[in-house]
Amino acid sequence: MSGILILAEHRRGTLRDATLEAIGAAGTLKAALGGPVTVLVIAADPAPLAKAVSVGAVDEVITVARPDAATYEPHVYEAVLRSVIAQRSPALVLMPHGVDSFSLAPAVAIGEGLGFATDVFGVAVEDGQVVATRAGYNEKVFVEIDFPGRTGVLLTLRGGSFAPETAPASPAVSAIDAGDGTARSKHLDWRDPPATGGIDIPGSPFILSIGRGVGDEANVAQFLELADGLGATLGCSRPIADNGWLPKARQVGQSGQLAAKCNLYIAMGISGSVQHQWGMKHVENIVAINKDPEASIFTIARYGIVGDMLEIAEELRKQKGIH
Amino acid sequence: MKILVPVKRVASLDDEFELRDDGRDVDPDFCEFDLNEFDEYALEAAVQIKEAAPEGSVEVVVLTIGPDDADDVLRKALAKGADRAIRVDDAGLEEADRVAIARVIAKVAENEEPGLVLCGAQSADQGNAQTGMSVAALLGWTRAAVVSKLDFAPGAATAQVERELEGGLVECLDVETPAVLTIQLGINTPRYASLRSIKQANAKPIECLTPHDVGLSDAEIGAAGALSRVRRVFVPERGRGEIIAGTPSQQAARLLEIISEVNG
Ligand SMILES: Cc1cc2nc3c(=O)[nH]c(=O)nc-3n(C[C@H](O)[C@H](O)[C@H](O)COP(=O)(O)OP(=O)(O)OC[C@H]3O[C@@H](n4cnc5c(N)ncnc54)[C@H](O)[C@@H]3O)c2cc1C
Ligand SMILES: Cc1cc2nc3c(=O)[nH]c(=O)nc-3n(C[C@H](O)[C@H](O)[C@H](O)COP(=O)(O)OP(=O)(O)OC[C@H]3O[C@@H](n4cnc5c(N)ncnc54)[C@H](O)[C@@H]3O)c2cc1C
Repeated sequence: MSGILILAEHRRGTLRDATLEAIGAAGTLKAALGGPVTVLVIAADPAPLAKAVSVGAVDEVITVARPDAATYEPHVYEAVLRSVIAQRSPALVLMPHGVDSFSLAPAVAIGEGLGFATDVFGVAVEDGQVVATRAGYNEKVFVEIDFPGRTGVLLTLRGGSFAPETAPASPAVSAIDAGDGTARSKHLDWRDPPATGGIDIPGSPFILSIGRGVGDEANVAQFLELADGLGATLGCSRPIADNGWLPKARQVGQSGQLAAKCNLYIAMGISGSVQHQWGMKHVENIVAINKDPEASIFTIARYGIVGDMLEIAEELRKQKGIH
Repeated sequence: MKILVPVKRVASLDDEFELRDDGRDVDPDFCEFDLNEFDEYALEAAVQIKEAAPEGSVEVVVLTIGPDDADDVLRKALAKGADRAIRVDDAGLEEADRVAIARVIAKVAENEEPGLVLCGAQSADQGNAQTGMSVAALLGWTRAAVVSKLDFAPGAATAQVERELEGGLVECLDVETPAVLTIQLGINTPRYASLRSIKQANAKPIECLTPHDVGLSDAEIGAAGALSRVRRVFVPERGRGEIIAGTPSQQAARLLEIISEVNG
């Protein structure tokens, strides 16, 4: 049992950044766990991806070329990954915590009897044993998890928690045949998110976002006016878009938009779920307005107002003369 | 055909909360409980399949694992269209992690033989996004996670689903059945329960079973069936920003100052 195995995540031919973060995490753990650091690439055409993961502490890249892996398919990936784990017995298996790994990680952990934790943002090695930290109760507490009696551990890593590794390296690359496994689902098509209709969350320097605290659809229009009056782009959390109260193009977060160029983000009535934070946590000036003083959004905010968003909004309109 | 919908009673913490004496969880006295929001969507998806099928041909069974108090979420589900409710009592399930809970769900699925199991994509409190897909792995059934659209005619060999990925990208796919799917928020509009259906739900029986009743062996129950252990729960020392105090009018005035300071 030694070494770290990372599963590369890619989509439509492009490596996902989260894989570079997993490689970064492996780099920091390699000394404590012992090498090697190995990246597994499963794809129809693994060569360009093998190149993209040849960075940092990576010692070896294993590629598995299969026509049925042209797109991610959990049952195919499960068979390949389990057979590589069975051959190599890594002490630690890492993959990004994302929609693809949701349907893969549990099957691999259960099948191989690995210790297992998801959405992990801290990993330590104590006396040779892996200890993982994640959050609970909508980010209000942290939870330390250990894996008694397990010789290998599988962790899925929260995006943005580990510095991505990009320094080029020259690992050995070996192509293998691994795993039988048959696809039990069939990819039909991709559908890109609908056109944004000119709403530009990624490009906006100033975003005012509303969440479920807005309460009622009838309250939404006044926030469009308020954002306009303040010179901000109106954003929202997922439930607001799911309800159809605002278009999906305004949704900030993991399954929506990244507030990439934002310098000031005012979050009103948003609790601060990890998926929402994914889209805005990096913003330098975050103002949180929430009636719950313990809402986790306050822990990432530079300024906080504990109060009613509708009351604050009304005052803002009054004082700015927005009608 | 049956559709099994495992539902979780999730906790939200009071403004002030304390940890349990052993420091490994929050003291439940400081929690408020409700049906996991994701499960409302999973249930609605199941009920819609039932309603589209010939009357009486589909039965929606809801299942929770938890203490007596968790009956509340089952009653809520019954009021919103579930036909039958099962609760597996949590006595003896101490130290159950997601995989250990999934073992219970998988056994119930083996007994009930549903054509679909619809779980929530994740829970609102712990949010591991692990339980439903663990159930699929234990059953050896087809699986798909974070399903945002589902077309399935009872008895069909495949279901047409859409998975919502990062950035709002959607993958359309066919999945073989029987399958376990985890359902994403927004897949449908969950119905409200009418007063009449709430009354009827309160009169319905809830089947209460133990982990042994459903067929689990000691080696699968609680810690023995788990792949992880909580060592410690703690409230992190985290920087808190400057809290703007005062009346709403003063708070708004300060906020306008901050906006002009930052935007220059
Ligand atoms: C795969 C996946 C992807 C996801 N992607 C996204 C995403 O891209 N973006 C996203 O946002 N979510 C996403 N989610 C959903 C996410 O988990 C949360 O459910 C969601 O972010 C919660 O939105 P919210 O904060 O508005 O609502 P809640 O969590 O319900 O919070 C509402 C907040 O409003 C406060 N409040 C209530 N009334 C008032 C008032 N009058 N004044 C002030 N405050 C008030 C409450 O105290 C509470 O904190 C995703 C989930 C999954 C599983
Ligand atoms: C009796 C009991 C004892 C526990 N002891 C511990 C412990 O000692 N240590 C610890 O870390 N955790 C413990 N837990 C918590 C448990 O591991 C998780 O609550 C649970 O497995 C779900 O994890 P999650 O909330 O992250 O759900 P996710 O993996 O995010 O999945 C959510 C979905 O899974 C299904 N689901 C989840 N839980 C249930 C349930 N109870 N009944 C029916 N369906 C469900 C629902 O469809 C739900 O939408 C215990 C739970 C119970 C009920």
